[in-house]
Order: sequence, then structure tokens, then C-alpha cells
Amino acid sequence: MGAGQATALSGHGDSTAGAAPTHRRIFPAAGALALGLVVPLGLLTAWTVAALLGQLPEQILPPPWIVFDTLLEGIQDGSLLSSTVTSLKRVAEGFAAGALVGLVFGTAVGLSKTLREFVDPLFLALSQVPTLGWMPIVILIVGIDEGLKIIVIGWSAFIPVVLNTSQGVRDVPEAYVELGRVLSFSRWSKLTMIVLPSAIPSIFTGLREGLANGWQTLVAVELIASFEGLGYLMAYGRQLFQLELVLSAMIVVGLIGLAFHGLLTLTENHLQRWRPETPR
Amino acid sequence: MSLITIAGGERLSRSASIAPPPFRLIGRHLRPLAVPIALLAIWELLAHAGVADPRFLPSLEAVVARGVAEFSRSGLGVNLLASLKRDLIGFVCGSVAGIGLGLAIGFSRLIERLLGPVLLVHRQIALFAWVPLISMWFGGGEAGKVVFIALAAFQPTLINTWQGVSGIPRSYRELADVLTFGWFDFARIIAIPGALPQIFTGLHSALIYAWTATVGAELLLNIAPGIGGRMNEGQQLFHMDLLLLCVLLLGGVGVIFNVIAGAVEHRFLRWRIR
Repeated sequence: MGAGQATALSGHGDSTAGAAPTHRRIFPAAGALALGLVVPLGLLTAWTVAALLGQLPEQILPPPWIVFDTLLEGIQDGSLLSSTVTSLKRVAEGFAAGALVGLVFGTAVGLSKTLREFVDPLFLALSQVPTLGWMPIVILIVGIDEGLKIIVIGWSAFIPVVLNTSQGVRDVPEAYVELGRVLSFSRWSKLTMIVLPSAIPSIFTGLREGLANGWQTLVAVELIASFEGLGYLMAYGRQLFQLELVLSAMIVVGLIGLAFHGLLTLTENHLQRWRPETPR
Repeated sequence: MSLITIAGGERLSRSASIAPPPFRLIGRHLRPLAVPIALLAIWELLAHAGVADPRFLPSLEAVVARGVAEFSRSGLGVNLLASLKRDLIGFVCGSVAGIGLGLAIGFSRLIERLLGPVLLVHRQIALFAWVPLISMWFGGGEAGKVVFIALAAFQPTLINTWQGVSGIPRSYRELADVLTFGWFDFARIIAIPGALPQIFTGLHSALIYAWTATVGAELLLNIAPGIGGRMNEGQQLFHMDLLLLCVLLLGGVGVIFNVIAGAVEHRFLRWRIR
């Protein structure tokens, strides 16, 4: 069975295998890591030297050590940590809601041609509006509380999840579907054992885009309408002309974005380990 | 071998029929229109039955009337043009920079190793996190907005150009070595045509990103003529009809951008299909 599956899968595995060389080239090993550090360290040095010489006005770029102090202070007095927790909680709730509904809806739309004919045009039309464009309307209807954040973040995660899930479900190779028919699988086992596993690469593309979108939207919505969170911290720092606050919040935002990216890549590789061609 | 157990499969299998027969009666070509028309009908009904507060749910004719009034006295039209102008300037600046840097990184292993990691990390920083910094460096006026839009267009064009060039088959590179191509010939004959599909993909998403960033910049930075400015007004004055009209325009522009990008891609990449 295992061998038969391997041959049946080989046609599909190409797409993932083809992506590997670029990936390896983009993330090389330790030797290249040193080269990769040259530019950031160079910039940091230039920044430090310019600050030491007093060439940088603090309203343009405060000295790096002040940014570092602000970061440490924020962690010690808990203000940065609590903002981070608030933001993470919002993203988690919004993303979970959007992704869950998106997965169900995307699978349904992918499976049923009839349903697709009914809802596709409307969905595509709605998804053309930038997420932020909905925000003023949602604010008028639900106010600026947590509901707003969950709706807007959820919607921004929902779109890529639906698009990629339905595409993945539609692209299940005919051979797999036939195999299911030969083994007289029930509808449910066909879905869980054939359709969904085969759609996993697509689904993960959707989830990764959805999470990135959700994180983007979180920052935007917190800048516009919020009284806590990392986005609020940045808006606050900007109003007080405290760039060190803005920069330290940006560092946290960037680190979390990186962590999300890494986490989803790890999960994806883990879920795909059954795929014989997938490089580990 | 299976990832997910099949427990509980029987219970769900019978109710899993997604398209109930009555819907199949609606003609195939009418199906795309059925849901929007039904929704609009429900909307109109609710607006007229007095169930919904007209401030939250203005009737369709109110939205249309607002649209006619806006466009006849050059209100929203001027704002739309202002937004589009801002969007296109930012898009052009950002994508030229993105393609240029992407090509440089794709050509040179050294530049790739020096800049690659920084750019990949930079990509993970949420775009809107730059807004406060940009507004302090470039101000919240026109310059700040254009810089932000350009940044939004820069990222996807850069990444896609880079991937496009580094995805060129080794044999092509070897062929160029055999023919002793110079840098310029390599770019003109092999690299750019080879990376073109990816570059267009990048430009396409840049167009969409830039439009999102335009709305974001107009909502977040100083109020100026533009769709985002009118949305601020609509939100503060509780003019739901104006807001709906703006959303309609935003979506319409998005659709037009997609159609144009699709047509351009098709036109320029025809040689690949043959």
C-alpha cells in the first residue's frame, strides 16, 4: 500500500519538490549566516556611531541604547508584555474564527460545483474591497470594542483560507478520488482520508496568508481604534514623539511575525511528513 | 497511514449533501446572480419594512441617490482621482525599486547573501507597523502616504522578481556561460524573459497591496482628498450611504485592477503558452 501510494502521489509531489532549491538557497547554512549579518550589523554600527557623534536628531532616530532600554523597561514593568498579550489574544481569536469558518466554507465550495456557482461571484466581489475599507462601516455598527477587532481580523484571515482551501479541494488528483471509489469509502472517509490530506499544501498556504493578513490587520485596527495593544503603543508613541516607544513596539511586531511564519512552516512540514517526496 | 481517524464518519455522511435539489432548479447561468439579488432584495425589504434603523441600513435608492449627487457635483469623483493618483505614484516607485533590487539579488550571489536575510525579516514586519515611523520621518501629508504605498508595492515585486531570477534553470545559466554572454546580454536574453511570469505575479499583487495601502494611508495619516478621507467623514457624520458607496468604489477599483493585470499578463506571456 505504501509503495502504491508513493507512485500515485509522485505526480502531485513535484510542486512541493520544485520549491525546495530556492528555499535552500534563501536559507543557507551557517557560513552564509555570517554574510547575512553583515548588513544588519553594519546598519546598527552606523546608527550607533551617528548617535554617539550627535548627528541624529532624536525625533528622527533615537540612539539604539535608548530603544533597547525602552524595550527592557517595557518588559520589566509589564507594559510591553501586557500589550503583546492583548494583541496576541485578539489575533488568536480573530484568526481562529476566520480560519475555522473559512476552512468549512472553502471545503464546501471546493466540493460542490453548484454551491460554487452560487456564491463564487459574490465572494470574489466582496474580497476585492481592501479589509480596511470595511472598517468604518463595522465601527458604526459594532463600535470599537473587541467585536470590531475580531470581525475585521477574522475577515482578513477568512479570504485567503477560503480561496486556497477550495482550490486545494478542487485540485485533488483524479487518481486519488478513483482509489476512494475502488475502496468504496464513505463520503466522510473520502473527505478526511483523501480530499483534505491532499489539499494540505494549499490549505497551509491559505492559513499562512490568513495569519499574516490577520497580523497586518491587527496592527492597523489597533492604530485606528484601540486603547491597548502593540498598535496602540505605536500610535501613542507617535503622538508623544517618543520614537523609541514606536521602534520597540515595531521590534516586537516583527519578532511575532517571524515566530508565526516559523511556527506555521514547522506545522506544515509535520503534517506533510507522510508525503514521501517532501524534503525534511 | 491516515492522519485523521474516521470515527463519527457514518453520523455525518448522510447530512453531508451540500447542494439540496431545489437549488438545482435555478438555471446554471442565473446562479451567479441569485445570491446577490436575493441579498439585495432582503436588504431593500428590511429597509422599507421599518425593521432596521435607516441610519444603519439605508435603502438602496438612498445609496443610488447619494451616488448620483456625489458624481454630478464632482464630489466623490475628485476624491477617487486623488486616491488613484496617489496609489499609482506609490505603485510605480515601489515596484521599480522592487524589481531593480530583485534583479540585483537574483544576479549576484553576494548581494543575495548580504541582503536576503534582512529582506526576508523585513517582509515579516507587518506593513502597517511602518505607519507611525513613516509619518514621523516623512510627515502625515502626501509624501508620507506615497512612501507607505511604495513600501507596500515594493515587497511583493522584490520577492517575486528575486524568486523568478533564482528559479531560472541551471542549464540556461550554463548556456549563457558557454556563449560567453556579458552581464547585460544575460539579463536581456535570459534572466528577464525567464523571470517575467514571476515579475508579473509580483506586479499584480503589488497593485492590490498598493490599493490596500492607499486606503490605509488615507484612513491613518492626515486627512486629505481621497476615498479614505471621505470614509472618515462618513464615519464621523454617520452617513452610511456614503460609506457603502465608498466600499463599492474600492471594490470596483480592485476588480478593474485585477482585470487589467490579468490582461497584461496574458498579453505579455503569450509566447510561453505557445
